[in-house]
Amino acid sequence: MTSEPYIIDDRDRHVFRLNRRVLVDPDILERERRRIFDRAWIYVGHESEIAKPGDFRTRHVAGRPIIFCRDSHGSVRAYLNTCRHRAAMVCRERQGNASRFTCVYHGWNYAIDGRLIRVPGRESYGPAFREADFPLVDVPRLDSYRGFWFLAFGAVASPLAENLAGAREYIDLVVDQSPTGEMEIIAGTQEYDIRANWKLLVENSFDDYHLAATHSTYLEYMRDSGVNVTVPRGLLMPAHGIGKSLGNGHAVVDNINFRGRPVAAWIPLYGEEAKAEIAAIRAELVARLGEARAKRVADTNRNLVVFPNLVINDGSSVTVRTFVPVSVDRMRVTAWALGPKGESESARARRLDSFLTFYGPGGLATPDDVEALEMVQAGLSTCHEVPWSEMSRGMNKEGDQLNTDELHLRTFWRHWNALMTAA
Amino acid sequence: MDAERVTRTEVEDFLFHEAALLDGWDLDGWLGLLTEDAHYFVPSNDAPDGDPRATLYTIADDIYRIRGRVKRLGSREAHAEFPRSRTRRLISNVRIVARGTDHIDVRANFAVYRNRRNERIGLYVGEYRYRLAVTADGLRIAERRAVLDSEELGGLGSVAFIL
Repeated sequence: MTSEPYIIDDRDRHVFRLNRRVLVDPDILERERRRIFDRAWIYVGHESEIAKPGDFRTRHVAGRPIIFCRDSHGSVRAYLNTCRHRAAMVCRERQGNASRFTCVYHGWNYAIDGRLIRVPGRESYGPAFREADFPLVDVPRLDSYRGFWFLAFGAVASPLAENLAGAREYIDLVVDQSPTGEMEIIAGTQEYDIRANWKLLVENSFDDYHLAATHSTYLEYMRDSGVNVTVPRGLLMPAHGIGKSLGNGHAVVDNINFRGRPVAAWIPLYGEEAKAEIAAIRAELVARLGEARAKRVADTNRNLVVFPNLVINDGSSVTVRTFVPVSVDRMRVTAWALGPKGESESARARRLDSFLTFYGPGGLATPDDVEALEMVQAGLSTCHEVPWSEMSRGMNKEGDQLNTDELHLRTFWRHWNALMTAA
Repeated sequence: MDAERVTRTEVEDFLFHEAALLDGWDLDGWLGLLTEDAHYFVPSNDAPDGDPRATLYTIADDIYRIRGRVKRLGSREAHAEFPRSRTRRLISNVRIVARGTDHIDVRANFAVYRNRRNERIGLYVGEYRYRLAVTADGLRIAERRAVLDSEELGGLGSVAFIL
């Protein structure tokens, strides 16, 4: 490793530069696995995905296969998906409801609460062998905040709620749109790869500077449909949107909504027939939360990054997205739609339709993000000749930073740098 | 045309014509094959039979968004498809699976190769499920559903072109 720093962060001269090597060097990815993914709180799943005892989802989290499930007592569990005998994954299905997991290799059989309950040919083991010594292994730490479950493998710096710090307020704003106080992951998963370093999607997920250049065709579609999209230009001016650090590497962009929200700001794309229901959803918000809080929930869009790899974008719909490095130049993205539990059939359909206009691998915007990130990764092969990226937007200003500045990106990188360089 | 008497050969001619328009990027020509209330669906890979009103899809367009999608794809600023991919679709196993009074339901297998620069070749394999309106002007697409076999999009990345 060279002695070049990962970042140059000179607040006096308003200079912030990122060493492009951190996006291409496989040794840095290995260091991230040990120092970030093995130590931080990492998102596993949402409680609605395992609503009933026996429900399970298999995931890859922090490089390990995980069974995220609800046991027979109703407790949420996350097991390492490996047989205690000779390591095979004991659950191979994407999701389901099970009372037992049976290893396909030699037939060891585990209850949903993790107990080893059957070993074929039991009589061939000596008296020291006890089933109680070989349950499925729980992840070391598992905790949740308002339905979102996280795990951690190493000694974490602080309990989950404390670690989330200012991000809690932004999760609250998402969950508060539900009259029942509960949100749920909607069926249907978008899973796609991007040939780019995973950290580029952290940046992209809340980089509002790119909206006009990358998403002009999306904005044109919205304009054609009758939405006033002059606001994005206005966003370049103060007071329309801010970017801010929420502590521990978490950050957000927080904007005045202009492109419609299923909860609860009507746009022509929703159709005249939706006006009454949107008004009713809004009235419920006002009654439950008060006028000011209702406006906060309904009239702002918020793109939240929970360090290191969870994104909750509450915009033209709500998307929950996580992504993991496959290699230094490739990531795997998993994205879901989130909606209020108990939402009406028509509101749910509108939410999904609104989601697809922008988000996802078939949306009118996300594919262009994918293209942009892949172009970044391709451009990074020049990193020996052009070693630094420039990320100082907004550093010359006092006070609030704009959503189109890069403070929130710097927030991620500063925390990343601290973890990667700590003694 | 009569929904009772449409032949598989006529359906194949229609689907092959559609494929030629799409592979040739004649998207305005392709719009001419759709009914005024057409839908275009690509379900999420893990929920191929879900209801689009209750399940997150990859694409669930009504005719309004289909037209917007085509307009977008005509722009040099549709970055995911500029420069445009070269696509080649192979369509086979065409079957008429149901006949109504004014429509037929058709299934066909597809293999769509999407080529971009630097050997980025994506192979999209699956089943088309069509509802074709049988009109005085011939067959028209009322609903077009491209169901992918892959367990996830994975290395296929996105579906920004018309699959």
